[in-house]
Amino acid sequence: MLEVRDIHTYYGDSHVLQGVSLSMSRGQVVGILGRNGMGKTTLIRSIIGFTSPRRGRVVFKDRDITAWPSNRAVALGLGLVPQGRRVFPSLTVMENLEVAVKADRGPWTVPRVLELFPRLRERGAHRAGKLSGGEQQMLAIARALMTNPELLLMDEPTEGLAPLLVREVGRVIQSLKAEGLSILLVEQNLPLALRVADHVHVLSRGRVVHSSAPDALWRNEEIKARYLGL
Amino acid sequence: MDFWISQLFNGVSYGALLFLLAGGLSLIFGMMRIVNMTHGSYYLLGGYVALTVIWRTGSFALAVVLGALTISLVGIAEWNAFLKRLSGQELGQVLTTMGFALIFQDLALVLWGGDPYTISVPAALSGSLVVGQLYFPVYRIFIVVVAVAVALVLWLTLEWTRIGAMIRATVDDPEMARGVGINVYLISMMVFALGATLAALAGVVAGGFVGVYPGADFEILPYAFVVVIVGGMGSLKGALIGSLMVGLLDNFGKALFPELSYFTLFAPMAAILAVRPTGLFGRA
Ligand SMILES: Nc1ncnc2c1ncn2[C@@H]1O[C@H](COP(=O)(O)OP(=O)(O)OP(=O)(O)O)[C@@H](O)[C@H]1O
Ligand SMILES: [Mg+2]
Repeated sequence: MLEVRDIHTYYGDSHVLQGVSLSMSRGQVVGILGRNGMGKTTLIRSIIGFTSPRRGRVVFKDRDITAWPSNRAVALGLGLVPQGRRVFPSLTVMENLEVAVKADRGPWTVPRVLELFPRLRERGAHRAGKLSGGEQQMLAIARALMTNPELLLMDEPTEGLAPLLVREVGRVIQSLKAEGLSILLVEQNLPLALRVADHVHVLSRGRVVHSSAPDALWRNEEIKARYLGL
Repeated sequence: MDFWISQLFNGVSYGALLFLLAGGLSLIFGMMRIVNMTHGSYYLLGGYVALTVIWRTGSFALAVVLGALTISLVGIAEWNAFLKRLSGQELGQVLTTMGFALIFQDLALVLWGGDPYTISVPAALSGSLVVGQLYFPVYRIFIVVVAVAVALVLWLTLEWTRIGAMIRATVDDPEMARGVGINVYLISMMVFALGATLAALAGVVAGGFVGVYPGADFEILPYAFVVVIVGGMGSLKGALIGSLMVGLLDNFGKALFPELSYFTLFAPMAAILAVRPTGLFGRA
């Protein structure tokens, strides 16, 4: 359902992604691993269209979306949980959910996401900027689900969360996977990524340096030491 | 005492006029980061178009509607042809919008000449309300009523509708707004058109009060920018309070210390910005 073909992405003159290719099929969870600054977020930005690649192609559902504005990509079925949550701080929790453009292709509605995140219901009328980090993360996931994505891009959803909340996010990801949602998951929490992913890629300096099944990576001490700092 | 009340009233009604001009400018600033030097031109052209409509038809209501609509089309055209391509390039925006401002200034001179005109207002809006010794021009009351109505509609739309929430989301984080599917281009164009419409409305209304004349555009533009900067970019509440402050300071300054009127206007502004660099209600 997603195919990234040899993309090169720049910020100004700095050549960050240097020929990344990967593909995933419907219902899969694919993990992207790699140390800080290796280009994981840039890969997500390239796919959603925040920073379009200068060369190469992003093909989603058989459409070439490489140069599309993000809102069109979202309309086609991409969803984004960005790094750092980026909830709309001056909007209430409810408004954060309501501004997301709904597509009627999927099951997600406000009542249904509130069922998944009961804590957000109590906070409905609060400004999102006043929520705790964990609550903001839940809201960022809930907001992305409101667009009824077919492929969810998640960029470090457990970053900076307490262990209890990390487990809760892990459970949510598992349950979304069980419903058949495809997920491209950037994650520095290796155990979590290996538990939920069907396949993993390791990024280093803007290139994919390792691709395998999760358990093969778990057993590969050399790759883990060299590229993940373990 | 009478002096104070009537000056207060004059200040408030000038503030109301400024709010019509600056409310849209603030939204455009906050949402698109466009420093729109053409905003004063919409004010001027709105007044001139209304003048022509009045000459042809004699209808003040029609002049208001056509003046505002025509200029909204001008704004949409300018935004589509140039400004949407210049997002994030402040210098390019300032030069482009300044260029348009100069073109519109000359165009107005060619089409309407150099004489000052006053838009004649309907009988129902002329005359004064007399309370004891005090005279309150009905037309100035009308301006205050229009500004209050506009502020109310804008506030209700921004705070209580889905499209309003989308606008606020775009002010918060335009990139992420796209990332949840919001068509930021379309919303920006609508807000830009709304700002142009309100500026034109201000120009039409001002035409019956201070008149329509060459140079009115660049005369009022600094006031609008002061309102936006003091109130805080993108904040409707800020624009409202900023307009009132500027209206009152300008009016009392001119009445009490005519030779120092710029000082009495700008010194308090500088003081506010020293304490709150993002303006009264602005976010960093
Ligand atoms: N807006 C930007 N402008 C210029 N350079 C950038 C920008 N964003 C990221 N970079 C650089 O691009 C490289 C890749 O950054 P990226 O954010 O994709 O890394 P990452 O793998 O997501 O890191 P992290 O794990 O810290 O989130 C880094 O060297 C970073 O400094
Ligand atoms: Mg990152």
